[in-house]
Amino acid sequence: MWTALQRRFRDGSSSPREYGTAMSLGLVAPLLLLLLIAFVYPVGRLLWNSIFAPDATLVHYGRIIEEPLYLLVLWRTLEIAFVVTVLAFLLGYPVAYAMARMSGRRAMLVAACVLVPLWTSALVRSYAWIVILQRNGIVNDLLEEAGLIETPLRLLYTKGAVILAMTHVLLPFMILPIYSILRNIPDELAKAARNLGASAPQAFLRITLPLSLPGAAAGTLMTFILALGFYITPALVGGPRTLMMSTLMAQQTTELLDWPFAGALSAVLLASTLLLVVLYRRALSFNKGFKIG
Amino acid sequence: MTSVTGVVAALGLGLILFFLLFPTLIVVPMSVGTASHIEFPPRGITLRWYIEYFHDPDWMAATWFSLRVAIATTFSATLVGTLAAIALVRGRLPGKEFLQAFTLAPLVVPHIVIAVALYLTFAPLGLTGNLTGFVIAHTMLAVPYVVVTVSAALQRFDPALELAALNCGATRIQAFFYIVLPNILPGVAAGAVFAFLASFDEATVAFFISGIEGKTITRKMFEDIDFNLTPVIAAVSTVLTVLSLILMGMIEIARRRSGYGGPRR
Repeated sequence: MWTALQRRFRDGSSSPREYGTAMSLGLVAPLLLLLLIAFVYPVGRLLWNSIFAPDATLVHYGRIIEEPLYLLVLWRTLEIAFVVTVLAFLLGYPVAYAMARMSGRRAMLVAACVLVPLWTSALVRSYAWIVILQRNGIVNDLLEEAGLIETPLRLLYTKGAVILAMTHVLLPFMILPIYSILRNIPDELAKAARNLGASAPQAFLRITLPLSLPGAAAGTLMTFILALGFYITPALVGGPRTLMMSTLMAQQTTELLDWPFAGALSAVLLASTLLLVVLYRRALSFNKGFKIG
Repeated sequence: MTSVTGVVAALGLGLILFFLLFPTLIVVPMSVGTASHIEFPPRGITLRWYIEYFHDPDWMAATWFSLRVAIATTFSATLVGTLAAIALVRGRLPGKEFLQAFTLAPLVVPHIVIAVALYLTFAPLGLTGNLTGFVIAHTMLAVPYVVVTVSAALQRFDPALELAALNCGATRIQAFFYIVLPNILPGVAAGAVFAFLASFDEATVAFFISGIEGKTITRKMFEDIDFNLTPVIAAVSTVLTVLSLILMGMIEIARRRSGYGGPRR
């Protein structure tokens, strides 16, 4: 740290390994300008509007809590994000484990099953869920042909549909961080535990699982953050009947033009995202003590 | 492991993989079905929906608009992102750690917040529904991907090579173009592909800042899914999916060949 400071205060000429301050600033300047114009200023203005419109007030924040509909939306968003994260963890961990422990063709096959959805647009995948779940969709057709139902079930535009589709869309974001940690945990550790008399579940629960926690933390955080603010899937599969924070924001801006309220909702979304990122960094620094190697 | 638990485990894994893959690829069989409403499995096979897509002026206008936005975004994001990555990895910068985190901020902030904010700021300036507004917005969203891939490539590059070039009499500029750039090119290329897809597949911001004239393919899909759910959407989805898979497949193959960032086994 001290040497870095000393270096910074030395003359401005650039050393061969390090570009000088003036040149470096020139190189990042276009990016900083872009971020100011297209990110900091617009988001800042949206948040500013929620408090100073035109006088300082918290009335728009109060509305989120006071009006039962908005409180319901807030609660539903948290609930859906939580359930999606839990489901994605339960489905994703075994896949990450298989990917990390398999080899050759099998590993390639599992990896392809994870990467192909990741690379496919979320819009396309949400559309697919509409086709699967709609009134004359695949699920209803199958159930009718099997004679299990007489009239089609209403599956689309329900909370269940949003949870199902979002779990599908976000699953790769859960799998990859867990995989990248599991890949670096030598299988010999679990084998050693087995040799010392542990059963296979014991070896997994007491050796592999605890060591993979940083990956699990990264995956669950990523999934939860994305689920909180996700727009495309709730908009298409949830519809106006299953409003979440994101779809409520869209409604407030495109239909009702209520910018201050949309700003207040943005602030809540942003604050929860930042809080989670900070908590996660804490959790990771705690875990550093347990790293192997 | 006993064979029974082995079979159960394989079966469970198979079911999860099916859950991952089936909704992703189902648009392909749906796009070639003969019925005018979506049916699965399709009774007959036809290319009618693709022909309709390619002959519909609205779809074509949206497709060209998306392509122009994505290509312009690719160039600007690659240029801006590469320059910034060089400074962030090799430069002497005050508050470097903060700057590194700040450049990645658009990845963490929910896209709906960015979308609504851009709509609020861009609409009065006449930047909605046109190329300029879209390129600014999409470059901002795509640039973190370039910064990440190019930074990774730069960290693997040995500065001693550049030093050698300088000792042999090359100028800084020459050393960059003859030594540094060729070495980090795989990272730059990967960043460019990510930037293209980040723009072409982007739907949330595009939904908000599209206009009646300047409308992306994703916004057009959004509208048609809401108002007339025809198999043409399945055809368009298939085109999008195939394009994404080809581009990402190229990155993956290049990565494995060059050993760049790939799984170390």
